[in-house]
Order: sequence, then C-alpha cells, then structure tokens
Amino acid sequence: MAPIPKEEHILATTSACPGCSSSLSLRYILKASGPDTVLVIPASCTSVIQGMYPHTAVQVPVYNIAFAAAASCASGMSAALRRAGRGTRVIVYAGDGGTVDIGLQALSGALERETDFLYICFDNEAYGNTGMQRSGSTPLGALTTTTPAGKVHPKKEIDRIVEAHHPPYQATAVSAFPVDLYRKVEKALTFRGPSFIHLLGPCPTGWRFPHGKTIEVGRMAVKTGAWILWERVHGVLAVSAPSKGPLKNPVPLQDYLGMQGRFRGIPPSLVERLQGEIDLRRAEVLREAGEA
Amino acid sequence: MKIIATGNYAVAEAVKQAAPWVIAAYPITPQTEIVERIAQFVTRGELACDYIPVESEHSAMAACIGASAAGVRTFTATSSQGLLYMHELLHWAAGARLPVVMANVNRAVGPPWNVWADHTDALSQRDTGWLQVYAATAQEAYDTTLMAFRIAEDERVLLPVMVNLDGFLLSHTMQDLATLEPGSFIPPLHLPHAIDTAHPAAYAPLTGPKDYYRFRWEMERSMRDAKRVIAETEEDFAARFGRRYGMTTEYRCEDADVLVIAMGTLAKEAEVAVDRLREEGTRAGVLRIRWFRPFPKLDLAGREVVVIDRDYSFGFGGVLAHSLCSTARAEPYSVIAGLGGQEVTHGDIASFVRDRRPGEEHWFGVKADV
Repeated sequence: MAPIPKEEHILATTSACPGCSSSLSLRYILKASGPDTVLVIPASCTSVIQGMYPHTAVQVPVYNIAFAAAASCASGMSAALRRAGRGTRVIVYAGDGGTVDIGLQALSGALERETDFLYICFDNEAYGNTGMQRSGSTPLGALTTTTPAGKVHPKKEIDRIVEAHHPPYQATAVSAFPVDLYRKVEKALTFRGPSFIHLLGPCPTGWRFPHGKTIEVGRMAVKTGAWILWERVHGVLAVSAPSKGPLKNPVPLQDYLGMQGRFRGIPPSLVERLQGEIDLRRAEVLREAGEA
Repeated sequence: MKIIATGNYAVAEAVKQAAPWVIAAYPITPQTEIVERIAQFVTRGELACDYIPVESEHSAMAACIGASAAGVRTFTATSSQGLLYMHELLHWAAGARLPVVMANVNRAVGPPWNVWADHTDALSQRDTGWLQVYAATAQEAYDTTLMAFRIAEDERVLLPVMVNLDGFLLSHTMQDLATLEPGSFIPPLHLPHAIDTAHPAAYAPLTGPKDYYRFRWEMERSMRDAKRVIAETEEDFAARFGRRYGMTTEYRCEDADVLVIAMGTLAKEAEVAVDRLREEGTRAGVLRIRWFRPFPKLDLAGREVVVIDRDYSFGFGGVLAHSLCSTARAEPYSVIAGLGGQEVTHGDIASFVRDRRPGEEHWFGVKADV
C-alpha cells in the first residue's frame, strides 16, 4: 500500500474547537482525495471550521450550500463536471443533522439516481453547530440541550437507510483510526457512482470530555462495540481490522459511557436499552459478515 | 419555422435552442409539459444535456446551483407550490450569482388546492434577487426564454432569471409560434467564479457584518445594470429576429387619458377592452409590465391608472398597484381580479375602467367594496 501523502490540503488554522475530530478527519479525507476535489458543505460545524471570509483553512474549493441541499447540489455539480469532461471529485461533507434529518430526502434522491460522488456523514450525534441539540442520530440516553433528561429514542440507523439504495461502496470510520479512514476514502473514490462513509465524530465540547481525549474516546467507541468499523462493497460486508476483536469480545460499554459527561447520571433503564441496541447491531454485523 | 405550440411547448423549444448542459426539474401542474418535452428531447438525442429527475423542487434548484457553480448553463421549470418549496434556494442561487434560468408557470397557492392562473406564487418571491419577466403569448414566452439565458449570463448581471407564463391561459393554449436558430445571439457561458480546483476558493463561507453588505450591494448594482443589458439584448434580438418587447409593452397608449396596467395574459385581454372603450369615446390604453424585477421606471403623469392585480399581499394590497404607487406616484384604481383562474373578460375589464374610482381598491366578484 502506498504511504499516506505528506501534503496537506487543510491548514492547521481552522476555527474548530480544541480537540475537534472533524478537522482531523478532513485532513485525512483530503489527503486521500487529493487537490482535484470539491467539498460540498451544508450548514454544519464545518461551516465554521473552514474559517471566516476572507480567509479559509481549506485548500480545495469549498461549496457552501443550504442545510437540506448538500446531496442535490452535489448531484448537479457532479453532472456538470462530468459533462465538461472533468474527473474532479465531488465530496459532500455533512453533519448528522444535515444527513439523517433535514438532508435525508436529498441524500436518498442522489443515491437513487446513482450520483457520482462520495457522501461523508460526520456524525457527532447532535446538532453541534448550534450548541448540541438532539438529532435523529443522538444515541439513547445521551444528554443534549433538548434532551436534558437523556434521549428516549434510539439512534436512527442511517446505514440501513443508505444500504437500501445499494450504493457500490459503503463504510464506517472514526478519526481515532486515521489509516482505516484514509484507505476507505481512497477506496470509495475508485467507484463510479455513489459512495457513503459514516464517520463517528467524538466531540469534546458536546460529549463533555477533555479535549486531549478525542482519540481515546474514538478508540473506546470501537473497543466497546458502540461503533463498529466495516465496509460493504457491492453489498458484501467485511468487518474492518480494528473492530474484529471487539465484535466478539467487547470491553464493557460503561468504559465508553463513563468517559463522557453526556451519559452522566442517566437512568439505568436507558443504559440498559442502549446496551440492547448495541448488542443487536453487533449481532447483525456478525451475522452479515458470516462470523456469527 | 412556423409551428403551432402551447406556451409550455414554446418554452421547451426555446430551451432546446439554448442548449443547457444540466436541467434538473420536478413535475407540477401546469408546468409538466415543459419537463416532459425536455425529457423527450434528451432521450431522443435532440438535446445533449444531463436531465436530472430530482425528488423535489428544493433539490431541483440545489442541483441547478451545483451545476451552474461548475460553470455550465442550467435550466429548470416549476409552478406555485414548487416555487415556494424552492424559496430558500432562490435566495441562494441569486446570492451565489448564478445565471440559472427558470420557467415558472403561474398558478395559485394553496390552500385550498387550485391549479389555475395566479401571480401570487412568483410575486411572493420578488425579494429573492431573481429577475422576473412575464410573457403574454407563446411567441413571447419563446423569445423571452432565449433572451433570459443571455441576460442572466451577461457578466454585468450574473443573476438568475424567472420567466413567468400564466397557467393554462398561456401554458396550455395553442398559438402560432415562429421558432428560430439563435446562433451567436446567446454566447457561450463564461462564469468568472466557476469552480476550478486549480484556483481553489471558499464559496459563500461565514461572512461578517463588515463584508456582508458589500455582496448585497453588488447584487443591487447588477440588478440596476440589468436594465441596460435587457435593453441591449432586446435591441439585438429585434435586429436579428424582428420582434421587440421592452421592459413594458404599450397598446394605444400615446394619447390615452386612462391606462390599464397589468401583467401576463390579463394585459393582453385588456387590449380588446381598450378597443371597445375607444369606440365609446374613452381614450384608454394598456401598459403591460413585462419585467417586474428590475422594476421599470414609468412616467404616468397626467393619466388615470387602473391596475389589475392577479395577486394579493394580505393586509396590504395588490402587489403591482402598490409597486406603482411607490415608484411612479400613481393613485391607481386597484382591481384584484383573476385570482385562482377567476374568469376576467374584456367586458369585465372595460367595466373596471368605466367604474374607476382613483385611490380605491376593488375585489372583482365581491359584492361590497373593501
């Protein structure tokens, strides 16, 4: 495998919060896609992270667009670029709100029409840009500013929804495993048509952990099985290396929840339901991968 | 070539001649024939274009924005609820300075459901930064659509253009249509701020109060410049193809004491009313507003004015009437007529003129005046 390029396409001077896993992820995503890339960004933390006019921290074109419109904007852009004979990579980099909630319809349409693009959902499991309100992707039990007693509804399974559109490539990732993320972006971009990467985004500000712990929290998400790394190529699922051990022998969920303020003091019944959800997903992945 | 065509077909034929590279649209009555016809052109190979069958009007405009930002010519068509669903992105297309061209088949807004002609859909989008023009015949819809691409894409404008045609009354009525080969009339699109990975830039990032107003002022300056570009374009069109329209079109206005002012097909119907009124000895004329944005400068001094609005701004009044009050210091007799396809004949329009009461508002069909 070719080494990860040293060349950077995002400067260290982003306006992200300290310890933000999004700027770290973007670094590896852009290394994998290279300079002939356009980022399409709906309203999200990345609207802020990229920097404020007349400055920008991103060294590829960034096309900012309205909240619900990222996938459809990218549809038109990809069609125009291809018709003009250009191979420029079109990458949507949206948050969980912009993907699983307000942007879901446009995403579904773009997937169904086999848009030639890569859609990355950076999932920090709440509306981070507006100060951590619940989203459809917030896990059971998590405290947000609009679920002050803990969220009582389970996390929406966006991967199942995307899978139903049969994209040629689909994967999950987290910045705590940057090589895994880099390889997945690289691979996703080899497919003609839609690819989708669901990227967990540990968020020190919103999840309430010290900003030096971003990598540890991401790793613990994988070790506990709360986040499973896999890829699905033309419908065939394979568990990624970092998740192979944890899928069979996960460390206790409490080791992950205990690192974060957002799960502090939530009722044991919600923790129990969350554990049930996670166990169910683990079983599903194992069964689909033929390892159950 | 001389053909018979509906307003919708006329628009589709003009789009074929303008040859956009990306068209994204969602069907809605009474616009459907435009997108069906275009889909046929593309399928038969008569139009080399990516036709993106999006899942909503919101996505239609977003896809046009993305395509236009990449520097290619784009088109869409909608109507009524579809236009309203696009609202957020209408602002975005204009603010991003993208020369998207859209046909809007004017239709009433619900509730209750109503698919017939009404201008409230487009007029409720008047502050989005789009140029707006209203056609009255199939030929005019065709010619104006061709002109719209050139005007939108002119570097002095770079704002989107909405070509309006009345639902059913124009979109579905068969009329004579002379098609043409535009040739060099529409130059190739050169978008100075097209996405180019060799020259990366951040488009529409977070912008503070010290800079934001500058972008807004640039839009207004271009809107003002657009009047000159419209005039030049109309002039060139007339020189090449022999038809002329203008910011407004006038019918028997030279010696008129009273002007009927309206937009779209109602203003065409008013021409018959004016002929009848003149037989009775009333020197009347029709001033048809074609371009609503940018709004024309009018001199109405010394004339009585009867304005017919096929729209309404609740708690305020007829949008056209009040636009004239504020720009031309007119004291019009404001008639609200034709809402939701309400039938308004030339006889009715003649009655509006006979019964005019300057400064008052009259809802056609409602017994007591407001």
